[in-house]
Amino acid sequence: MMDRPTIGTCWLDGCSGCHMSLLDIDEGVVAVLRKADIVFGPLVDAQEWPEGVDVAVVEGAISSQDDLRLAQTARARSSVVVALGDCAVTGNVPAMRNGIPTRKLLERIYVEGATDQPQIPTEGVPALLKQAQPLHQSIRVDVHVPGCPPKPNAILTVLSDLLEGREPDLGSRLRFG
Amino acid sequence: MSEKVKVRIDGEVLTATTGQTILEVARANNTYIPALCYMEGLSAVGACRLCMVEISGVGKLQPACTTPVQEGLAVVTASPQLEAYRKIALELLFAERNHVCAVCVSSGHCELQTLAQDHGVTHVRYPYGYPRLAVDTSHPRYVLDHNRCILCSRCVRACAEIEGAHVWDFAGRGIRSMLVSELSRPWGEATTCTSCGKCVQACPTGAMAEKGWGVEEMTKQRSVVSRLSSMREGE
Ligand code: SF4
Ligand code: SF4
Ligand code: SF4
Ligand code: FES
Repeated sequence: MMDRPTIGTCWLDGCSGCHMSLLDIDEGVVAVLRKADIVFGPLVDAQEWPEGVDVAVVEGAISSQDDLRLAQTARARSSVVVALGDCAVTGNVPAMRNGIPTRKLLERIYVEGATDQPQIPTEGVPALLKQAQPLHQSIRVDVHVPGCPPKPNAILTVLSDLLEGREPDLGSRLRFG
Repeated sequence: MSEKVKVRIDGEVLTATTGQTILEVARANNTYIPALCYMEGLSAVGACRLCMVEISGVGKLQPACTTPVQEGLAVVTASPQLEAYRKIALELLFAERNHVCAVCVSSGHCELQTLAQDHGVTHVRYPYGYPRLAVDTSHPRYVLDHNRCILCSRCVRACAEIEGAHVWDFAGRGIRSMLVSELSRPWGEATTCTSCGKCVQACPTGAMAEKGWGVEEMTKQRSVVSRLSSMREGE
């Protein structure tokens, strides 16, 4: 028997809405799971992105060192990378900070904006990058699925196309915002 | 004097009148050419480059909205080259300013967004500029958000040509161009503005909106501007 295809998912600088939309494909999820195993992501326990994943589904913009590392790992260990949602595709809301220097931004929020213990956190949080960027600025992306969040049927179309070996085509399901 | 001429659009022979542009003839014959800065009833300026077409015997692509027809003209409105070119033009519009459809009043009713979707723009291949731009909320009824402005000048022309107020102009050049009201005064302080709202209705994006609407809520009556203009022609 042939190996079952594998899917890994992760969320970087996003709100988890795209993952919610992924779960919203209802019976679609069952259909996908009948054909493939989800081997990494917030929906499963695995600690590390495994080698040899077939489809990586990435939500969120790249905003921190950790985001960048995870995106690069997902890219290196997966055959196809799907940018899921406007944050991954365009930078979207996370990128609205991009005109403001990082230092100023952190001060505004964690010092000026704080009522309790005003200080910029440094322990246990990854360093912010200068700008939040769409995925394809840092890694090669094979399929873009915009939308905030993308409609469940857009996600299902793309996943089914990929699992059945077709070139994904969103056609009229292409939608920003 | 206008005369009848024969032109060929995508192989079909059509009768047109001198003085008409390629875009006008195409529209009159239900041939779709994408257009963004063009608006029926306003002068054509050829700013957005989306309506580019191939003309046989002419080496360069030409904007359909400003190119007049002439006898024997043969035009191609769709080809892989044109499609590629239009995609680039759309992507550059997104890269120049800050378009965040998810939080935009015009999402779902925006001509730029619709064109991008129709033309299969799945992402923007050029680096975004992320300029820091102002939002002018000084007018009691309307807002101008420079983040969403594509410098198409439809508002400028609607205000100058239909309302006769000429509140708007551009300052600066190229990528630094900025829409300004009355010598760079805030819109709310512009003494020539009659608050008619024609600029808002003419604007294809979320750059101009009425106050008080949330995300996806601003719909525009674009036909208002075109209708007023055609009524005046009949006077
Ligand atoms: S103006 Fe149009 S393209 Fe720009 S953010 Fe708003 S909806 Fe999106
Ligand atoms: S509201 Fe009317 S007068 Fe005022 S700027 Fe717009 S079109 Fe011009
Ligand atoms: S405000 Fe709207 S109509 Fe005016 S130039 Fe900008 S995009 Fe065009
Ligand atoms: S519609 Fe012709 S250049 Fe914009």
